[in-house]
Amino acid sequence: MRYYARKIGFYLVALWAALTLNFLIPRLMPGNPVDILMAKLQQRGGVVDPEARRSYELLLGANTDEPLLSQYFSYLGNMARGDLGVSVSAFPAPVSDVIWQSLPWTIVLVGIATLISFVLGVVLGALVGWRRGTWLDSLVPATTVLSAVPYFWLALILAAIFASALRWFPLLGGYDVSLMPGWNWEFISSAVYYGTLPALTIVISSVGGWLLGMRNMMVSTSSDDYILTAQAKGLREGRIMTRYAARNAVLPSVAGFAISLGFVVSGSIVTEQVFSYPGIGSKLLQAVQNNDYALMQGIFLVITVAVLGANMIVDLLYGVIDPRTRVGN
Amino acid sequence: MTNLTPLTEIADEGAPRAEATAPTAPAKAPRRSGARSLLPRWSPRLAIGLGLVGAISLFGLIGPFLVGDPNAISNIGLAGPSGEHLLGTTQTGQDVLAQLAHATRGSLQIGLLVGVLATALSALFGIIGGYVGGFVDELFSLLSNVMLVIPGLPLVIVISGFVPAAQRGWWTIALVLAITGWAASARVLRAQTLSLRNRDYVAAARVAGERPWRVVSVEILPNLLPVLASQFVFAVIAAILSEAGLSFLGLGASNSSTLGTMLYFAQNGFALQREAWWWFAPPGLLIALFGCGLSLINFSIDEIINPRLRTATAAKRSARKTTRSTAA
Repeated sequence: MRYYARKIGFYLVALWAALTLNFLIPRLMPGNPVDILMAKLQQRGGVVDPEARRSYELLLGANTDEPLLSQYFSYLGNMARGDLGVSVSAFPAPVSDVIWQSLPWTIVLVGIATLISFVLGVVLGALVGWRRGTWLDSLVPATTVLSAVPYFWLALILAAIFASALRWFPLLGGYDVSLMPGWNWEFISSAVYYGTLPALTIVISSVGGWLLGMRNMMVSTSSDDYILTAQAKGLREGRIMTRYAARNAVLPSVAGFAISLGFVVSGSIVTEQVFSYPGIGSKLLQAVQNNDYALMQGIFLVITVAVLGANMIVDLLYGVIDPRTRVGN
Repeated sequence: MTNLTPLTEIADEGAPRAEATAPTAPAKAPRRSGARSLLPRWSPRLAIGLGLVGAISLFGLIGPFLVGDPNAISNIGLAGPSGEHLLGTTQTGQDVLAQLAHATRGSLQIGLLVGVLATALSALFGIIGGYVGGFVDELFSLLSNVMLVIPGLPLVIVISGFVPAAQRGWWTIALVLAITGWAASARVLRAQTLSLRNRDYVAAARVAGERPWRVVSVEILPNLLPVLASQFVFAVIAAILSEAGLSFLGLGASNSSTLGTMLYFAQNGFALQREAWWWFAPPGLLIALFGCGLSLINFSIDEIINPRLRTATAAKRSARKTTRSTAA
């Protein structure tokens, strides 16, 4: 039980750290974002009442007389109520609405792509690690090249080949704009069609990391004594590989999976930009380009919370899968 | 960018295992004379890696002197590779090869700067925390764990978004990338330091009354050199990739020219739609080849850290070599 309490405690601390970072960044940086925001808001026809100004000051900080500490507590209060301010670039929509619209796109795209690349990498890695010294070893340098390729450049190349030159896939967007988003076959198939190229980018560029990690663990476990015992017992090779070696070798990859969820979301920011995908990544960039500070911070917070949540779930599950971790810490 | 992290992460999770195998390394080391044990074994991989990294570094170092002005505008826009312009021209008629040479230098510069900064930070937090133990260790490892779970690139984007473009210089970008990139390495270093500090010779040095900074720098640090080298290499790759991503988004250092900014201008000049592959393919290819070369070097360093990773043939070969050298 102590293990779980410790884990949950850690993630609470991490959440607090993220919130505090979010509070401090605009206050530590040069420039006055509140004034820029208020000017933008007025351009868009927004009402600049003291109320609105105060809520932005809490979010972004300005030269107010109010002590930092009380600003900080009011800011935490706003966050607890889910009040992230109003988006300037999508005025008058609140930041939380803008995020809710784009979040599902990213979650589905990145989630499916990460899962595919994880399964593919682990299975291939187990095979390569087990058959060490055969031609399969040549897969390792190939994946090294792939993992050194910048995500977004791969996206550009794939777009150039499959969208621009061959015209197999659409170049931009998340779905056919002539369709209305909804749960019907036509729309979903269009979303899948538009999502294939971005997903392919993520899979290709991340599969190498899984493959290599799994291979190295496979190499380590395959020289362990219990493998020798299993072989001496005359068990079938396939059974030893899957039940004995791979089962133990996969554990670090499972832990890595959680952490990668967060990193793939951040990696997909750039990929989404290349394909103008309607996910949270391209929204973040739109926010940056439009000086929409409230939206920027809201998206950062949501991504962080999602990453922390995913990590926590896998961390807790990991304690169930591998009891040794519970004792070790 | 971050597609390399699963690797470091797994190396990290494997740390207890490395601890278990590590004692075999010093036992073997005396057979290779002194400092040589810290050098990677020669292998085709290492040769290719060094070749790639060397060639690209030379291109970045010397190239800018050999090519013309990267910003010179001419009236042959978007021309394919030809005798006059080896890699064609951009939309405004700038020579792609000239831009590539200057951009490579820029990318290497920032990669090195961030690599040094991030490695220094990870050494500071990992080694000191692991060695001192107690409250300091708890605090440092909490800090690195928190930095590890907070997603780096969004944080970097938000920070760059807040800094006005005029004030976004080399050092700002380098600092931001280093601050968001040290945590994973610090965790590995901490695990290694923990196992080293309990070795007999470190305990002996402590009992003999050596000062803590001396124990750390003379007894522990040399044994961490391969790990530090491997992490430095990774930090450089990660930095070049992140900087390229950031510049591609238009958030890099102002007035800078890196491989990422080249891709940014290519994307904004609709190089993709016009199928001007000579404009957007070379910068990415250079990043990929450089990263690949560094990874190959890293493999060889990893084999010093974890002897189990040596491929079967290499192990046999070295076994033969050692028997020969002991016989002689």
